[in-house]
Amino acid sequence: MAIDGIGAAVRRKEDYRFLTGQGNYTDDISRPNQVHAYFVRAQAAHAKIVRIDTAKAKAADGVVAVFTGADMAADAIGGLPCGWLVKNKDGSPMQEPAHPVLAVERVRHVGDPIAVVVAETLAQAKDAAELLDIELADLPAVVGLVDALKPGAPAVHAGGNLCFDWHIGDADQVAAAFKNAYKVAKIDLVNNRLIANPMEPRAAVGEYDRATGEYTLFTTSQNPHVIRLLMGAFVLHIPESRLRVVAPDVGGGFGSKIYHYAEEAFVTWAAPKIGRPVKWTAERGESFMSDAQGRDHVSHAELALDKNGKFLALKVSTLSNMGAYLSTFAPAIPTYLYATLLAGVYTTPAIYAEVKAVFTNTVPVDAYRGAGRPEAAFLIERIVDIAAAEMGMDRVEIRKRNFIPTDAFPYQTPVALQYDSGDYFATLAGAMNAIDYAGFEARRAAAKKVGKLRGIGISTYVEACGIAPSNIAGALGARAGLYECANVRVHPTGSVTLFTGCHSHGQGHETTYAQLIAERLGIGLDQIEVSHGDTNKIPFGMGTYGSRSLAVGGTAVVKALDKIVDKAKKIAAHLLEAAEADIEFKDGKFTVAGTDKSKSFGEIALTAYVPHNYPLETLEPGLDETAFYDPKNFTFPGGAHICEVEIDPDTGVVKVVDFAACDDVGRVVNPMIVEGQVHGGLAQGIGQALMEECVYDDKGQLRSGSFMDYTMPRADDLPSFKVSTAITLCTHNPLGVKGVGEVGAIGSPPAVINAVVDALKDYGVRHIDMPATPQKIWAIVNGGHRMAAE
Amino acid sequence: MYDFAYHKPATVADAAKILAADGDAKALAGGQTLIPTLKQRLAKPSAVVDLSAIKDLAGISVAGGKVTIGAMTRHGDVAASADVKKALPALAALADGIGDPQVRNRGTIGGSIANNDPAADYPAACLALGATIKTNAREIAADAFFLGMFETALKPGELIVSVSFPIPEKAAYVKFGQPASRYALVGVMVAKTATGARVAVTGAASAVFRWSDAEAALSKSWNAASLDGVKVSPDGLNSDIHAAADYRAHLVGVMAKRAVATAG
Ligand SMILES: Cc1cc2nc3c(=O)[nH]c(=O)nc-3n(C[C@H](O)[C@H](O)[C@H](O)COP(=O)(O)OP(=O)(O)OC[C@H]3O[C@@H](n4cnc5c(N)ncnc54)[C@H](O)[C@@H]3O)c2cc1C
Repeated sequence: MAIDGIGAAVRRKEDYRFLTGQGNYTDDISRPNQVHAYFVRAQAAHAKIVRIDTAKAKAADGVVAVFTGADMAADAIGGLPCGWLVKNKDGSPMQEPAHPVLAVERVRHVGDPIAVVVAETLAQAKDAAELLDIELADLPAVVGLVDALKPGAPAVHAGGNLCFDWHIGDADQVAAAFKNAYKVAKIDLVNNRLIANPMEPRAAVGEYDRATGEYTLFTTSQNPHVIRLLMGAFVLHIPESRLRVVAPDVGGGFGSKIYHYAEEAFVTWAAPKIGRPVKWTAERGESFMSDAQGRDHVSHAELALDKNGKFLALKVSTLSNMGAYLSTFAPAIPTYLYATLLAGVYTTPAIYAEVKAVFTNTVPVDAYRGAGRPEAAFLIERIVDIAAAEMGMDRVEIRKRNFIPTDAFPYQTPVALQYDSGDYFATLAGAMNAIDYAGFEARRAAAKKVGKLRGIGISTYVEACGIAPSNIAGALGARAGLYECANVRVHPTGSVTLFTGCHSHGQGHETTYAQLIAERLGIGLDQIEVSHGDTNKIPFGMGTYGSRSLAVGGTAVVKALDKIVDKAKKIAAHLLEAAEADIEFKDGKFTVAGTDKSKSFGEIALTAYVPHNYPLETLEPGLDETAFYDPKNFTFPGGAHICEVEIDPDTGVVKVVDFAACDDVGRVVNPMIVEGQVHGGLAQGIGQALMEECVYDDKGQLRSGSFMDYTMPRADDLPSFKVSTAITLCTHNPLGVKGVGEVGAIGSPPAVINAVVDALKDYGVRHIDMPATPQKIWAIVNGGHRMAAE
Repeated sequence: MYDFAYHKPATVADAAKILAADGDAKALAGGQTLIPTLKQRLAKPSAVVDLSAIKDLAGISVAGGKVTIGAMTRHGDVAASADVKKALPALAALADGIGDPQVRNRGTIGGSIANNDPAADYPAACLALGATIKTNAREIAADAFFLGMFETALKPGELIVSVSFPIPEKAAYVKFGQPASRYALVGVMVAKTATGARVAVTGAASAVFRWSDAEAALSKSWNAASLDGVKVSPDGLNSDIHAAADYRAHLVGVMAKRAVATAG
């Protein structure tokens, strides 16, 4: 009944607050008597710290304290921990070098923090920072993945530049299949390094209460409990009972705010030392050189085909850049979130992948929207197009011929995952219809008449969300659980607060979760508040990443609601003097089956808290239930993205003229939010394909270190998207939901590049690395050995 | 930002006096370049002399075959001016393409020209239209004004008061935006005047320059096709992560043709 329940495109409850400037972000939080921290960062990518003399800075106006790595080491402060241990082929553990909060002895990337000046004002801290006498002795730096593994390359860490050498799949089976191949498609490709650039830069305020011994950290985090666990247990050694971490409104994360960062550990550590709250907010330039970056793979792949175009086997070898240190979940991204997805939507029976993770003198790399799955989708969908060209087959036909049949679910892939549901034919048909695929050749011809090159590209992808279950992830090296909690607190007059361990930083949880509750309890959205982000309020949650909030967090909400309804039925049975089994709950009313005797949800809530007429001997008062949910499996959203581009051969500019995405995200709770999530993901995916690139020079200097040089996609770079869904339900969670946060960024890059390559087919182009900038396209067209097209 | 003294004089003479007395003082117009420079601690002026209270520095007039624009006139006001749109539509269009609305509402023609960013738009208009830059001391022809990267003929303390653009027969400005900043990777202004064609190129080199081969070709015949085969040499052009010199050189030709076509 609830009109605002599942399936309603209600407007987001949180938007009024955000759009009227009343959000409460970390930088909006100022604590009485606070001081300001300014981080002095390495200008060199690799150098030995010879000397840091802080005397002059300490004596400067307004300076409260100056700290270096030596001070933290003297205090036995631990390094920033890594949350996932990946093992080498031979079973030995990866190289896990120390990651000090402030650099000790060496700096390893531009932006590595060396010292912190804490002063009454930020300006005073900056003035004093200029008085620091820091002597660094430059060391040769290594930046490129391939270079880093060459003999004699400068070593980022004592153990060399190889972090791990891991593999998955059956190499023998693959080798045998290649022997029988009719054709082999090959590709060498790069997945370009990206910078997430959430609108809100990172910030942190650390505070210590001498009376209670409690620490509080306000921080821009996607998962405050994870920060509390990692920072409390491994870095600062503070019991969790005395450590509160609050992530208030957070202005976008895209993965970059999952990790435990040096600055938040520092402000928490420094607060009791100074005896005052310590605040830090990143300037945009700092974000560019200290937020974990994304992607950065170099891969070689080969796909064996039989004479009918069926895929026989895929082998992949990938180098993945970790940057200078291991960020919190870095090792999991190019392994369990990438190579396990290499089957894609196809029945390829044999797959073998090896992944070498490499240290370089660059900013650490970790999950960024999609995290591993975009890299997998890009590789697969590029090589499938190349295979189609090798075979002289149509790109749609080769895909359909290899799709996992709709009746083959659950489907076990050769790379560990078991897909529960999907219909890749339906999503492909949906996208083809939306973009009028059949009419493309006419549009290509029309474009040609006016001197433009049109191309169309398809990407059919699958991804994996809601990483789980905890025990399997643990066996694979995860050092954290992957469940989620929900606490549904019904108040005496029937309004509800949900405390969720997930965290909303753009996803719209305050609305989507409220819709789940409205649907189930039959109450209005205005009766429901969603609370997240404060470890003192919430049982224990893992936060939001990997599109898990509905599939995992939402299921925890459903489980908690089950408990609420169960108990409420008992109370209703007592009040209505009926057997519990005879109580029906519908539209917010408890009714004795077959009678008109009923009690409203509000009456039951009141009775639970004012238990005058109540079965106190058998039932506790109150209506407040918590559930923890650990999923049985990932969920597997998938779909088809089709991109149409038009290239201006005179300038090399690629214009995305049309884009259709038909996704299977499982059951849709709020179609408007789903569409918005897809739009954002598409913008980022198209950004990766055509514009965004984090560039270092060979000395490790960041050349794309500001928005003057790092190209963010803008509204006028994008067409009006044609977004639709064609769903199958997830079979192992009660809502049937899969996840939508990342699909846009996963499916779209190969669609764009496939379209660009198609547009340039007369130039003999097989592949073009992202981003396909005007300069690159022009070089192809200009240098083009144009094939006789006419 | 470092500390500085702040002045807000009401006349050009007072502003010039402060600037003359203090070699480390800086004029502040729209602040779109100066403020970010200060915030990043890349400049440490002793004083900032805010020109925004000097009334007669802002304004637009069209007379005697010239469009004259006061130094403190905002880009947005030039873009929206009915007079400019009528007399010299190419200039209004150029102003309308600078930065974003916030930048256009603050940035000024005087600040843009004094700054002489290698990728700024206005310098191309000044050079192609043969503008005259009037300062508190003298009048300077555009051809003698833009000396090099961020370098102009302005003497220390000298203030731009206005810029006069002779109205051409035809003109147009077309730019190719640097993908990230959207400043001109290459911008070309072409003008057909009674005495021949003038072509100015911004973004491509260390400073705005006139492209004489294109001028000669267009003076012979004002037609985009006249530029077929006329090429600018990549030697000395800028190279960066967005465009190597050869690509910039190529774009100069493409933008020039498009500008001629746009001018009609
Ligand atoms: C995000 C962004 C995007 C931009 N995009 C573009 C673009 O696409 N194209 C473009 O051309 N520009 C662009 N700009 C620059 C902008 O248009 C301004 O023109 C430019 O920053 C300088 O003008 P201003 O009035 O802001 O000068 P200010 O920043 O105030 O001053 C700049 C310099 O000029 C000096 N100065 C100012 N006025 C005078 C005067 N009357 N006499 C002598 N010296 C003076 C100052 O002392 C200072 O050294 C952009 C700026 C930003 C921030």
